[in-house]
Amino acid sequence: MSDLAREQKLELYRFMRLNRVVEERLVNLYRQGKVVGGLYRSLGQEATSVGSAYALRKGDVVGPLIRNLGVVLVMGYSPRDVMTQYMARATSPSGGKDCNLHFGSPERGVISPISMLGALVPVMAGIALAGRMQKKDLVAMTWIGDGGTSTGAFHEGVNFAAVQKLPLVVIAENNGWAYSTPFRKQTAARCLADKAAAYGIPGDQVDGNDVLAVYDAARRAVDRARSGGGPTLIEAMTYRMKGHAEHDAQAYVPKAELEEWRERDPIARYSRTLFESGAAAAADLEAIDSAVSEEVDREVEAAEKSPLPTPDAALHGVYASGAADVEPVIVRRTP
Amino acid sequence: MSGPAHLGAPDETATAKGQTTYVDAIREGLREEMQRDPSVFLIGEDIGVYGGAFKVTDGLIGEFGEERVIDTPISETAIVGAAVGAAMMGMRPVAEMQFIDFISCAFDMITNFAAKSRYRTGVGVPLVIRGPSGGGVHGGPFHSQNPEAYFAHTPGLKIVQPATAADAKGLIKAAIRDDDPVLFFEHKFLYRRIKEEMPPGDHVVPIGKAAVRRAGRDLSVITYGAMVWTALEAAKILEAEGIDCEVVDLRTLFPMDEETVLESVAKTNKAILLHEATRTGGIGAEIAAVLSERCFEYLDGPLVRVTAPDTPVPYSPPLEEAFLPNAEKLCRAARALAGY
Repeated sequence: MSDLAREQKLELYRFMRLNRVVEERLVNLYRQGKVVGGLYRSLGQEATSVGSAYALRKGDVVGPLIRNLGVVLVMGYSPRDVMTQYMARATSPSGGKDCNLHFGSPERGVISPISMLGALVPVMAGIALAGRMQKKDLVAMTWIGDGGTSTGAFHEGVNFAAVQKLPLVVIAENNGWAYSTPFRKQTAARCLADKAAAYGIPGDQVDGNDVLAVYDAARRAVDRARSGGGPTLIEAMTYRMKGHAEHDAQAYVPKAELEEWRERDPIARYSRTLFESGAAAAADLEAIDSAVSEEVDREVEAAEKSPLPTPDAALHGVYASGAADVEPVIVRRTP
Repeated sequence: MSGPAHLGAPDETATAKGQTTYVDAIREGLREEMQRDPSVFLIGEDIGVYGGAFKVTDGLIGEFGEERVIDTPISETAIVGAAVGAAMMGMRPVAEMQFIDFISCAFDMITNFAAKSRYRTGVGVPLVIRGPSGGGVHGGPFHSQNPEAYFAHTPGLKIVQPATAADAKGLIKAAIRDDDPVLFFEHKFLYRRIKEEMPPGDHVVPIGKAAVRRAGRDLSVITYGAMVWTALEAAKILEAEGIDCEVVDLRTLFPMDEETVLESVAKTNKAILLHEATRTGGIGAEIAAVLSERCFEYLDGPLVRVTAPDTPVPYSPPLEEAFLPNAEKLCRAARALAGY
């Protein structure tokens, strides 16, 4: 059972709550037409993101996916950062150049994903490799969905990390669905943790809706990685409670399954755990809830006031110096 | 000097002592950069103990150890992916594609991860991807390609293709020092066929600067890579016929040195765009567009492409010879253009 102090246990609760409330406000903004493009939910998966990232320490580097809102919050990005991203504002971490959770910087310990799933795995292996060469003692952690484990990049990345014994932790978030494709059409493997055997690394499976269990499993893997034991693949069993994105009503998902998983909601479960263990009283959690709510209110307001980028910014930042041309160049230079 | 006729024989004096081959020049450049900067490391297949399929990295593992000369599984995506991650952390990786044809296996990592990183997140990716491109050695469809045009279409990449041994050294050093991802396309036919004396000291050739390899009045041949030698060979033949060719070696395909190209064509008023890569959507087409936009009134003839045809690279010697541009094909085009 986890080695966490009471304050840390309450912090885990706060991050999960923050994850959920930020997303609820984003849904409002989406319905008001203020979100540019799609909104990707992590409802029901908060424990996986928060519990795993919480096992890291300063100097470690993560490569989250678009459903890992909890990860970037644990890593210190603000709700405003996330909201300005979704609203394509100039003040967002990507300056309006990229969408949703596609942002990060190595200085802040976050590597931005690209939309091609699996691609982060070799890149995070490279982060771990650089860390080892620079004697930084860092651990790299990344996430992949059940769908993403079918890509070639996932295979190449895990295999390379295993051969090199790199300090990399891969959390395979099995939420049952890749867009509309169910797990059984994604792989013939019994479970994703089994895939670890093919790489000669430890594979672990954990209840992804139990934040302490996720933390414990991640912590074991992080400690192993830091002590030179190489990568670990952790399969976190969870469920995607919403569609692929907000536009998707997920008609393909059996209602009974959703009901079953609603009973396992990670935040409600964790609240009960905190009560039963005596770590928190109802009033403690209510205080956290209202603080989170107020914080997010302020952040929404600030995000909405943030400006959109100016058009000329589109031409800059492709290279370390210089800007792209936009107009056709017709030059008359009569001999 | 032996080999398929598509490449011109470099200067006969290029066998004197104290001279460095193209392949040795690349290795010298790599070694000097690794000595200068501990963040430079090499990663690729069979590059360590074996020294690389073409021995470009021969001996470097002995000098720098397996931590800085990393042999990998057969995983181009992981090679480039790991290089991208390491570069984001401040390292200066040089990734080898055993044959440049295999760069397609890492296309996503190059075009979507490395190329777009600075623009969308502000995080630069100072990595070099290098490897042997080109034909003339009967390597067949998967060991002979010239894939530069795929990448010239991707903002965020720089593309370099040295024609001479001195440039091979100077440009690999510049590529390693560059803060953006650089694709460094070597020509395998040149590895051991050309030699020259290396300029002294820390020889760095700036990215984005073309070189006029032969001055001429009648027409400009704009080219790069091994085709520079083809152009020089053709220019000799044409000189005897009274056609005076200027040969411009682009050296960098992106960002292109448009000024040198424009200056040359403004002087000769006629241009041939020569490359070993296939025709449609090639670098030659891009140069033709630039000349049309920026040099139209200087042109006294059509912009002519001499390139490989739009086919895969065939294997059998007579087929490959039919495929590759050579001095004879270039001369035919030059005569027609000169008489236009």
